[in-house]
Amino acid sequence: MRGTTFMKIATRIAARLAKAAVVLLAILVLNFLLIHAAPGDPAVVMAGEAGATDDVFLAQLREKFGLDQPLYMQLGKYVWDVLHLDLGFSYRQQMPVFDLLMDRLPATLLLTGSAFAVSLILGVAAGVLAASRVGKWSDTLISTVALLFYATPLFWAALMGVLLFSVVLGWLPPFGYETVGSGFTGMRRALDIAQHLALPALSLGLFFMAVYSRMTRASMLEVAQLDFVKTARAKGLSRGVIERRHILRNALLPIVTLAGLQAGQLVGGAVLTETVFAWPGIGRLMFEALTQRDYNVLLGVFFVSAAMVIVFNLITDLIYGIVDPRIRAQ
Amino acid sequence: MKDFWHRFRANKGGIVGLVLLAAIVAVALLAPMLFPGNPWKMVARPFVPPFEGMKFPLGTDTVGRNVAAGLAYGGRVSLLVGLVSTLAALLIGIPVGALAGYFGGRIDDLLMRVTEFFQTVPSFALAIVIVAIFQPSVVSITLAIGIVSWPPVARLVRGEVMSLRQREYIEAAILQGLSTPAIILRQILPNAVSPIIVMASLMVASAILLESSLSFLGLGDPNLMSWGYMIGAARTVIRQAWWLSLFPGVAIVLTVLALNLIGESLNDALNPRLSRRRS
Repeated sequence: MRGTTFMKIATRIAARLAKAAVVLLAILVLNFLLIHAAPGDPAVVMAGEAGATDDVFLAQLREKFGLDQPLYMQLGKYVWDVLHLDLGFSYRQQMPVFDLLMDRLPATLLLTGSAFAVSLILGVAAGVLAASRVGKWSDTLISTVALLFYATPLFWAALMGVLLFSVVLGWLPPFGYETVGSGFTGMRRALDIAQHLALPALSLGLFFMAVYSRMTRASMLEVAQLDFVKTARAKGLSRGVIERRHILRNALLPIVTLAGLQAGQLVGGAVLTETVFAWPGIGRLMFEALTQRDYNVLLGVFFVSAAMVIVFNLITDLIYGIVDPRIRAQ
Repeated sequence: MKDFWHRFRANKGGIVGLVLLAAIVAVALLAPMLFPGNPWKMVARPFVPPFEGMKFPLGTDTVGRNVAAGLAYGGRVSLLVGLVSTLAALLIGIPVGALAGYFGGRIDDLLMRVTEFFQTVPSFALAIVIVAIFQPSVVSITLAIGIVSWPPVARLVRGEVMSLRQREYIEAAILQGLSTPAIILRQILPNAVSPIIVMASLMVASAILLESSLSFLGLGDPNLMSWGYMIGAARTVIRQAWWLSLFPGVAIVLTVLALNLIGESLNDALNPRLSRRRS
């Protein structure tokens, strides 16, 4: 029995991995097409247009990309390079794009990971609270706040957070990853980073906090109508036990599906949050690439952020299989 | 129709949303009359605080432009881009969904793979790349938003078409010898209109959020004043001039909120079966 279950899970993972590889390949093709669809010479586009390019470098680029060869050869070479972790060279930063990205990736993973955790925990908690007091003033309050957060642009929430918590109240640092030149180490440094992380993570998680709370509320109310909950009530179980063990557990399933959708929003939103807070991640790198017209870096960030989403989806998919036995059985 | 209005009215949020949106649309339409002249023009000294006189009720910005005028003209851009990019998304999503749902099989497989791909790719990052590469303009922004927002439409239409396809009246239409395009366009799609309208109203809201985010990053049309641009330009002076970031943000929140409220009410009125259970 055990063996077959294991086999099933292994086949599932293999199928998912194959699919992920196809999607990544498609993104490379999309990147390639975008470069060639851009107005002007692809070499000039790749090098950045704002005058800082010289002919030698352009000639190098043309040779590197084989721009005189047929398009499919160029595409093949592009894919081949990326498979060898060569995402091109950033002329502006004088560094290979891949190294730049790897330098910046940890900060983004920390930010998006924290934002995800914050939005999930606070959102689900608010939704559970609202559902258990349906119709009372606390439910109305939570639903109204969720509706507002749902309509708030992320970058503006971030700025207003800075205005309130840094400028007016002076509680949290307005920007940066840690206090520069503080020489903090160990726990003290972690605490310092956490203080800097609070505002960015909260503002990045705000939108999905609203989404989760609305979804949890609706889903809890729906599950509460089902027969097995009535049975549990008839058995004389306490309200709290029914809410936690019977309703919430089942109400959480659609939330896991949503989490997959959030991944894309998180990495996109990171561009805005990191820009506002000068957070040294790949989102900020994308903004810098935009202002410097460094298209090689721009496309590199796009590729890596898409890869992040795919990995995240893979993980939620596996979690879904663990949470919902019905899927495991398939 | 009367029935529809009755159900729409049952949700107070929808009425609030309609009133809000009407006010915003009115200000946007009347902008040239309320604020004659170019909103980019400097009209006073920089950093005039708000509420200090009737001439510049919302103050002036870093180079002495009238903030109130900027808000009014910015509303035109937000609403226009929101509307047109949603239309673009519908123009891509409806045909894809209809074809996939009607024909099924390999066509469905192929189209749904493409849809899934566009759903997996982080949409805001893709929008940034498209606008940056094709140069910021109202056309590239609208197209980029359309390109990243169509997949949910395709999925919705596919589902609707698949279920309608099974109905007997479609069998009858096929037997009558109606052509496939006629069946899809005249028999199936009209019956799938209500959920599409609901989704479209919510899409206008998210398109406005996307547009403001793009122009916040400096990817707005350089010739058009927009709310996102105003906030982006005021970002670095937030300590000295809070009003420059606050007011355009409030404008965005109110507009998006109004559209979301309308969308939810439409959902209650048009899809009574699907609407949230009221408890």
